Amino acid sequence: MLRIIKERLQQKYRTLDYPRKKPALSPRYHGRPILTPVNCGACRACYAACPAGALLPTLGAEEGTPTLDMGRCTFCGACRAACPKGAFTFSDEHRMASFTREGLLVTPGVTPQVQPHPENFRIFRRSLKLRQVSAGGCNACEADCNVLGTLVYDLGRFGIDFVASPRHADAILVTGPVSANMRLALLDTWHATPEPRIVIAVGACAISGGLFRESPQCHGGTSSTLPVDMYIPGCPPNPWTILDGLLSLKT
Amino acid sequence: MSTSLRFHYTTAVAFSALPVVDGDTLGACVRQLLDDGWRLLALFGLPQSDKKRAVSLCCVLAHDASSELAALRTEPLHNFISLTPSCPQAHLFERELFEQWGITPEGHPWLKPVRCIPDAAEAQARESAQEHAAVQTIPPPFRFYRVQGEEVHEVAVGPVHAGVIEPGHFRFQCYGENVLHLEVALGYQHRGIEAMLRNGPRARCLPVLECTAGDTSVGHATAHCVLLERLTGIVVPERSQLLRRIGLELERLANHTGDLGAIGGDTGFLPTSAWNGRIRGDFLNLTAALCGNRFGRGLLTPGGAAYDLSSEECADITSRLRAAGRDARGAVDVMLHAPSVLERCTGVGALDAKTARDLGLVGVAARACGLERDARRSAPLSCLPSEAWAPRCQQAGDVLARALVRSHELDDSLRMVEEDLATLATMPDKAILAPDASKAKANLPPNMLVVAQVEGWRGEICHVAITNDTGQFLAYKVIDPSFHNWPGLAVALRGNQISDFPLCNKSFNLSYCGHDL
Repeated sequence: MLRIIKERLQQKYRTLDYPRKKPALSPRYHGRPILTPVNCGACRACYAACPAGALLPTLGAEEGTPTLDMGRCTFCGACRAACPKGAFTFSDEHRMASFTREGLLVTPGVTPQVQPHPENFRIFRRSLKLRQVSAGGCNACEADCNVLGTLVYDLGRFGIDFVASPRHADAILVTGPVSANMRLALLDTWHATPEPRIVIAVGACAISGGLFRESPQCHGGTSSTLPVDMYIPGCPPNPWTILDGLLSLKT
Repeated sequence: MSTSLRFHYTTAVAFSALPVVDGDTLGACVRQLLDDGWRLLALFGLPQSDKKRAVSLCCVLAHDASSELAALRTEPLHNFISLTPSCPQAHLFERELFEQWGITPEGHPWLKPVRCIPDAAEAQARESAQEHAAVQTIPPPFRFYRVQGEEVHEVAVGPVHAGVIEPGHFRFQCYGENVLHLEVALGYQHRGIEAMLRNGPRARCLPVLECTAGDTSVGHATAHCVLLERLTGIVVPERSQLLRRIGLELERLANHTGDLGAIGGDTGFLPTSAWNGRIRGDFLNLTAALCGNRFGRGLLTPGGAAYDLSSEECADITSRLRAAGRDARGAVDVMLHAPSVLERCTGVGALDAKTARDLGLVGVAARACGLERDARRSAPLSCLPSEAWAPRCQQAGDVLARALVRSHELDDSLRMVEEDLATLATMPDKAILAPDASKAKANLPPNMLVVAQVEGWRGEICHVAITNDTGQFLAYKVIDPSFHNWPGLAVALRGNQISDFPLCNKSFNLSYCGHDL
């Protein structure tokens, strides 16, 4: 017993006063991308380099910097390395969650707008219970959701918890590209969740199918199967990104 | 008997040099090699490029003591005598052959698909039933092994589990509380990874392989890069070898810490469970300090590493590593001194060395049974020094043994990372990419067979590739350690109580998606 208490003192207090204090992220962390409009001429190096197919021609400026779809992006930085004009930078901004799929598109030269908050989530303001379903996820998104329960993040203090049964849940948090073999279980879980219910897609796979978008064994993300209310991009999203997304559901 | 081609594990061999035998000779040769202390690395089907629907078998075995590999293949065939009754480690490989190519291993004791489950068909049937009320397809029967008896009952768990974990189905046959048999039915996570790699290399291959099992991103990325380098003869600069090993050992540290915490959690010892969850994150953040991603994605590139560390960064990471290492050691020691934990973990989920050898277990689970299996020893990736280091073995093969192996490996990995960071900080050579690295991106040497073995934190990751006439992947096999070890968990649970399952499961902590691909 004394040994445990002694070790407890050694381990210190570790919970971060989030969101009042900003988390310290690695200087090499790839946060929200910032795109500078440049004239690309015939150069298509970034399109060729992107392994996720996340770059799309910008509407009205097809010869310039492409639009980046964070819903597909794995935040690998290949576009930044490929661009001879330095049009791509990754900021240290971890807050990237969006209520709409369009909100994940990063257009060159456009500052992201604060999104209107959907009214119908007010009921979950004080208590939000999540049922996580991994539908072909690689265990990285799952691990970064799991970590929210640890004492650094201490998800419970915000009134948010992961629960064991969909019957107890207000929201389904989906990870993975929705593999053909998990589709049934995902649908069953959703049907078992009482209304009103929220669907949260975490990670590039769950949002768009990610790297597995074209695999015949996958369904290209959650929206193929369920109506999605919130998108949290990343491969996997940083735990702070996920926490920020979950907190924005409650404000 | 020399019906197989023997070669050193780092060599890429001409595919035509593989002896071509019939199915029976393959069986006899594999049995002989297994009796001589070899183990099965891979057994898979190979479509013939010239003939449609003709598939031959290709088999790769490894001999750990001599660091040698053996390979052989068969003529195209439709059936062969199953190896599984005498060599249980062929069990899942033969089921996979049956599923992917329709090749029947005759006399296989439990022939059913590995990843093809009826759920996909049922989801589709429900949808079409909504659209056209008349159409109803009945999914094919999917049998589970059943124990008959008046008081025997069956417990079905999954695919969606209570925690935040991946999906899989477990079917227990119980007599009272005691488990007579456990069948592990996976496949829910199947994403078609091997099919996506075929006809590569492409820019997407490496990121996809990093997602094979997200918690082993660096392990699978290393295997893929090493495979390409062996195939093309690229020599990786020593600096990158160090960076790769740092990434690999940080991955081991993070996961071993997390697993030990989870074992604490399942024995009801909450202090370590709570602390280790945090410390695991510290190790992941060290990986993020290296390459920006907590799971080490993007750290590697064929021919070297994508990120370097300056001496100041090395010093910063070293001090953070020491702090996290001290906290991990303290938290784990408290747990391993608690009589309640020791009592709960001793004798639960025990496997003996013979069973482990027969099943072909690898990694932590094998070492906990006394098998000295560690690819860092038998198939080192580089000539980096690793003195004063040996595989950490235990003899008991139970949950406690698996916990102790992890606990000892924490110390080894901490020391290794610290030494590598010190070397890195003073190394004058700053090159992190081989000058001829672009060779791995173009077409590869044609008609070759190459193998990469990497000791990931769960155990040996094995990638096998065969190139076609034009230098693309004719076949790319990914064998995650979980593929070997899931049957180990099923056998370990026999004779235990069903309430021991969560603890046993945590002590193995196998990957669902690594198995399902």
